[in-house]
Amino acid sequence: MTAQEYAFSVLALLGVVAAVRVVTARNVVHAALYLVATLASVGAAYLLLGAEFVGWVQILIYVGAIVILFLFGLMLTRAPIGREALDNPGRLVPALIALAVLAGLVGLLLGAFGWGDPRVELAHAPTGVVGESLFRRYVLPFEAVSFVLLAALIGAIVLSRKDEP
Amino acid sequence: MIRLPLVLLFSAALFSIGVYGVLARRNAVMVLMAIELMLNAVNVNLVGFSQLWRDLAGQVFALFVIAVAAAEVGIGLAIVLLIYRNRETIDLSEVSLLKW
Repeated sequence: MTAQEYAFSVLALLGVVAAVRVVTARNVVHAALYLVATLASVGAAYLLLGAEFVGWVQILIYVGAIVILFLFGLMLTRAPIGREALDNPGRLVPALIALAVLAGLVGLLLGAFGWGDPRVELAHAPTGVVGESLFRRYVLPFEAVSFVLLAALIGAIVLSRKDEP
Repeated sequence: MIRLPLVLLFSAALFSIGVYGVLARRNAVMVLMAIELMLNAVNVNLVGFSQLWRDLAGQVFALFVIAVAAAEVGIGLAIVLLIYRNRETIDLSEVSLLKW
């Protein structure tokens, strides 16, 4: 294993442990904070892979904006705290389904690639090149996504506004 | 240099943890958080393959996924807020009006 693989493994382990805590924590605010750890480690993994623009966008949008939205949602809904109030009574079946999904995915990807066959060269993908690709080749999908975002935000405002009598 | 299966294993683990969260949680906001975990797993795959094939399409698509995820969280939390305002609870097992 190379040094980058060790670094990536540490980041991935951190992210996975935090993700497990996200879905098992009893306190909703703790779950949101563990989500920050997971998302930050995913962002650091992007940076390690050389995708610097996606990495910083991940940090900015997910850690900076989406987690704050989640915290606002938690504050505005006053969720009860405790395992009984947060989780379904039977946790065995979801755990079995998740393990089956994991086993299926791991079997599929090891069957497709084998251990250690294709190696990702850590080529640097500079922000300028990504931006050029985004605004030349993919400018139409980009505009479509911006309209989707606009429509979603207007919809969210309309939905959560109090109705005037 | 990083072995591709390492990246894919990370993504598979995140995705199955997200599946567990969606199935096991009852609080609607917690379910949305688990969905975010699954979207992140997809993005890890996209970025990994993009760097493997030296094709920027994967990274651009990951950016689109991030934007759509932001829209999804906004709408989802607005709906959750509306449910809370009408029913005083966001327990998903009590919001079963549309269940056969």
